[in-house]
Amino acid sequence: MELKEKLLNSHLAFEEQSDVNEVVQTQRINSLKVFQEKGFPTKKIEAWKYTSLSSLIKKDYVLFPKNDTQVEFKKIKKYFLPDIETFKIVFINGIYSPFLSDTTHDGLDVCLLSAAFNQSKYNEIIKKYFNKSVIKDESLASLNTAYAREGAYIFIPKNMVSEKPIEIMHFSTGEQKTLWLQPRNLIIVEKNSQVQIIERHQSLVDHDVVTNSVTEIYAHNDALVDYYKIQNDLDSASLIDNTYIDQEKNSHVSVHTFSFGGNLVRNNLNYLHKGEHIMSTLKGLTILKDKQHIDHNTLVNHSKPNCESHQDYKGIFSDQSKGVFNGKIFVHKTAQKTNAFQQSNNILIDDKATINSKPQLEIFADDVKCSHGCTIGQLNEETLFYLRSRGIPRKEAKALLTYAFANNILQSVQINVLKKRINEQIAEKLGVDLGFDL
Amino acid sequence: MGYTEEELKKELQTKEYEYGFYTDIESETFPKGLNEEIVSAISKKKGEPNWMTEWRLDAYRSWLKMEEPEWANVSYEKPDFQNISYYSAPKKKNKYKSLDEVDPELLKTFDKLGISIDEQKKLSGVAMDIVVDSVSVATTFRDTLAEKGIIFCSISEAIKNHSDLVKKYIGTIIPAKDNYYAALNSAVFTDGSFCYIPKGVRCPMELSTYFRINQAGTGQFERTLVIADEESYVSYLEGCTAPSRDENQLHAAVVELIAHDNAEIKYSTVQNWFPGDKDGKGGVFNFVTKRGICHKNAKISWTQVETGSAVTWKYPSCILKGDNSIGEFYSIAVTNNFQQADTGTKMIHIGKNTKSTIISKGISAGQSQNSYRGLVQVSPRAQNARNFSQCDSLLMGNKCGAHTFPYIEARNKSAQIEHEATTSKIGEDQIFYCNQRGIDTEKAIALIVNGFSKEVLNKLPMEFAVEAQKLLEITLEGSVG
Repeated sequence: MELKEKLLNSHLAFEEQSDVNEVVQTQRINSLKVFQEKGFPTKKIEAWKYTSLSSLIKKDYVLFPKNDTQVEFKKIKKYFLPDIETFKIVFINGIYSPFLSDTTHDGLDVCLLSAAFNQSKYNEIIKKYFNKSVIKDESLASLNTAYAREGAYIFIPKNMVSEKPIEIMHFSTGEQKTLWLQPRNLIIVEKNSQVQIIERHQSLVDHDVVTNSVTEIYAHNDALVDYYKIQNDLDSASLIDNTYIDQEKNSHVSVHTFSFGGNLVRNNLNYLHKGEHIMSTLKGLTILKDKQHIDHNTLVNHSKPNCESHQDYKGIFSDQSKGVFNGKIFVHKTAQKTNAFQQSNNILIDDKATINSKPQLEIFADDVKCSHGCTIGQLNEETLFYLRSRGIPRKEAKALLTYAFANNILQSVQINVLKKRINEQIAEKLGVDLGFDL
Repeated sequence: MGYTEEELKKELQTKEYEYGFYTDIESETFPKGLNEEIVSAISKKKGEPNWMTEWRLDAYRSWLKMEEPEWANVSYEKPDFQNISYYSAPKKKNKYKSLDEVDPELLKTFDKLGISIDEQKKLSGVAMDIVVDSVSVATTFRDTLAEKGIIFCSISEAIKNHSDLVKKYIGTIIPAKDNYYAALNSAVFTDGSFCYIPKGVRCPMELSTYFRINQAGTGQFERTLVIADEESYVSYLEGCTAPSRDENQLHAAVVELIAHDNAEIKYSTVQNWFPGDKDGKGGVFNFVTKRGICHKNAKISWTQVETGSAVTWKYPSCILKGDNSIGEFYSIAVTNNFQQADTGTKMIHIGKNTKSTIISKGISAGQSQNSYRGLVQVSPRAQNARNFSQCDSLLMGNKCGAHTFPYIEARNKSAQIEHEATTSKIGEDQIFYCNQRGIDTEKAIALIVNGFSKEVLNKLPMEFAVEAQKLLEITLEGSVG
């Protein structure tokens, strides 16, 4: 049976298992129809020109994993942030693990989407927000909505700063040889509030896992959201990450994406502006090797005046890895005085590595400053020579230059331990120990 | 100040197409419609050899199977291909040796355009192959060129007299099945230019052709083939103006350039076809396929100034096949009122040490849409490929749009690619600075636009640079800041 058929046919069973919330139910059914009509995207679709899902979707996947998998904390400790306290929402094979998690309802809500679906006190919020920011005709996001049941639910009420960062962790244990996961996150940050969130998908053993995730973020007036995506999975794991961000007046949402691994990773990052003086930051650092494939697909939709967006993506590609950057800035007629910047810089290390880049601007307003830049190149031989003439070995010299290349992405990371962790990971990827903190 | 933005806007809107007139030359026109018979009839009329007829029919058959492309960022009413007459030729078929023999009406037309053949011939040393509706009616300086062994004639003549050359090269760069409009062109092209520069020859003058669409209801399908043999050089100019017509006219040309080892081709275009009136009514559809191939150490340089046409699709491309070859693309696209332009280039790096430069300047005013769409592709064996692209857009008013769709595909680690694009408007401070120094607003805008476009204008040959500047003025003088 084809995967599409299977997903369509299994929905009935899914509905039976799931608790009923009318609003959600309607959304699920409508979304399933969209998926039925559109199917999986093919390379013929412009936005998927450089990324093919065909190798992923010809396999057969387990859609509903068993309930009872346990993982010892010490096994997965290294994936959490060290030394600082965090709220944790942990899922094992898509199922919530209360034992590993650390949630709260004290002032702010850091809990489960399924809980929000089922409890009547959340009804209004679900009705107001759920699936509202998702672009309705996207087939993969619709597929996720059709199966939306579990994920993180974060609600920060107004004038509150979340004291601790929130970690959303997804582990897969490989009990099922193949696994298709569809987590769904809903994040609402009310007026004048702040939150830091870290999201990670990690498989613990080699097995075919595909995660088709959707995250909705609503940032109200003056809200501050700082979101980090850590993508350093095993080579058998693939991720399709759909993120939709709705911003209101004066809010600032920044998303950092660190992509160091995985078989196929596709990031769909969408920003919609609903007020003035909004600031959006999109940063990405990609270091890939072997046959890994990454596709960054961004859209910043400027529809209100006086807003700013900054995009900065850096990529380093070795072996036969492939990188795609497809960024789009859309400036509506009404969005005068927009400042939109987009930058994509790439380094190709090996001959078989590929970069396909498509930075697009679509501008309908005249009083704007928009620019995009894209470069593909190598580390400068002369600079390398300079370092080596001062006694730094070639490998270290290269690593040093790579650090420098990646540095401005790291600079804006607000959580120090995370910054340190990423530094270590970069060193590990480059196979060097520079022996100093950057 | 006395001259406000509002006034400028108004003046711009009411600016009618200055070259909108219609010459009454008796034409011999085929009945409207397209089928195999028409294709054969065109071929027969032209006295073409059998292989050419077959080639056209092949192209026609594959055209039938194709679908009209829709991916471009333009919207328009699809032309009805059965409602077009595919052949129209001025009746007097004899060739003229001197200008006196040319139809005086025609000469008047050129006078109105500000191009006196006489003057051009005597003063500028430009050889003109003038096309009015699809057949060449006057060719000058041929004798001078013939001395050097340069062949410069209409393509129909070339098919008759230089059959082997045409057969060897036609359709090699743009196959008949390449795309919808190229296939259509291959089937029904009626005229165009052919140019061959033999080995080691430097063409002593700028070769130039003027295309005009003249007869109402006739589409024009030219075919241009330029071959520069080893170590040769040629600069080729193409300029277009068209009379004002209410119904949409279709123009689907194909241009193929072949630059052999160490050769250089410079191809410049000034396009000023009827863009439709201020309500977006009428105007020419310009769907052009242009492509060139560079062999070893060869260079192809495309320069274009696009100010006309209601809808433009045009991507002059370079295939950098030979090692050390160079491709260049310089473009200014100006759109006003309801014009739509989707234009850019493709640079395909195949050989080692290949270089390409793309400079694209888009200026949109009124309610027009202006897109840059380009591809830079570096294939795995293209060592040390180098590309620099710059796309700048200038917006005037808040009803127009500027779009950039660059595709960058690198598959070689030694590739160095830079792409940058900016979008902005003319700064109030810039205009204020000029005003302060006694330059009025209109002049200031002209000055700024001129500066904005300078990089491209500089690339045009002398004769064209003057005309191009004039065209920019016509389209944009009185534009808003």
